[in-house]
Amino acid sequence: MTSSTFPAQFEFLDEIREFVAEVARSGGFSEKAIYSLQLAADEAASNIIEHAYEGVTDASLELSCDMRGDLIVITLRDWGKPFDPSEVKEPNISAELSDRQIGGLGIYLMRKLMDSVHYESTPRTGNLLTMTKRRV
Amino acid sequence: MEITTQEFKHCDLIKVKGRVDSATAPQFSKALEKANDNGRFKIAIDMSELEYMSSAGFRALLAAQRNSKRYNRGEVVLVSVPDRIREALELAGFTELFKSFDDQVQAVGSF
Repeated sequence: MTSSTFPAQFEFLDEIREFVAEVARSGGFSEKAIYSLQLAADEAASNIIEHAYEGVTDASLELSCDMRGDLIVITLRDWGKPFDPSEVKEPNISAELSDRQIGGLGIYLMRKLMDSVHYESTPRTGNLLTMTKRRV
Repeated sequence: MEITTQEFKHCDLIKVKGRVDSATAPQFSKALEKANDNGRFKIAIDMSELEYMSSAGFRALLAAQRNSKRYNRGEVVLVSVPDRIREALELAGFTELFKSFDDQVQAVGSF
């Protein structure tokens, strides 16, 4: 299993995206698909830093990325406030400019870009987000 | 990420290069707000050398479009949007909020 721990700071998003790209590239994903995977992982990590660890500066998050056959499995684990993406309302993406919501966009993109997004939170395991996508 | 602003008679041309994510989006927002603060509400954003943009960048674009459109004929338009970024903007339903041009000349000339 390829996993690594990163400081929960926006400045490390570059490294998080690189980490995902390396595994996806070795797993045979196209550059276009790699961009999507990087974007989904970035949105997930950004949400953890912004919401789960709101106001916490010395926290970390654990990222793992693996190929299982032609499936890439990306997991992010944190120990911040539980934050269930499935409870976030979907933004209305056809609303007029003035009615567009600022929030919820990252989670919406994650769901659209990945084949599956699963979240679980327990005191023992922390908050665990698992996303998968099949290579086509 | 690197930003340069060029003032034309009828609009500002803001070129954003590199990667816009949650770390760099505040700086991108600041450049857009600065144009508005200077009384410039017609803005073309050149994305030809933009490699990556997350929803943090999309939010900055949305805020800039709202601020600019409050003024008479103010508007933010996009120039040379790379395919991958365009696809993500489409997923987010943003392509209908911004006019898009193939090159700077067309964009600047549209104002």
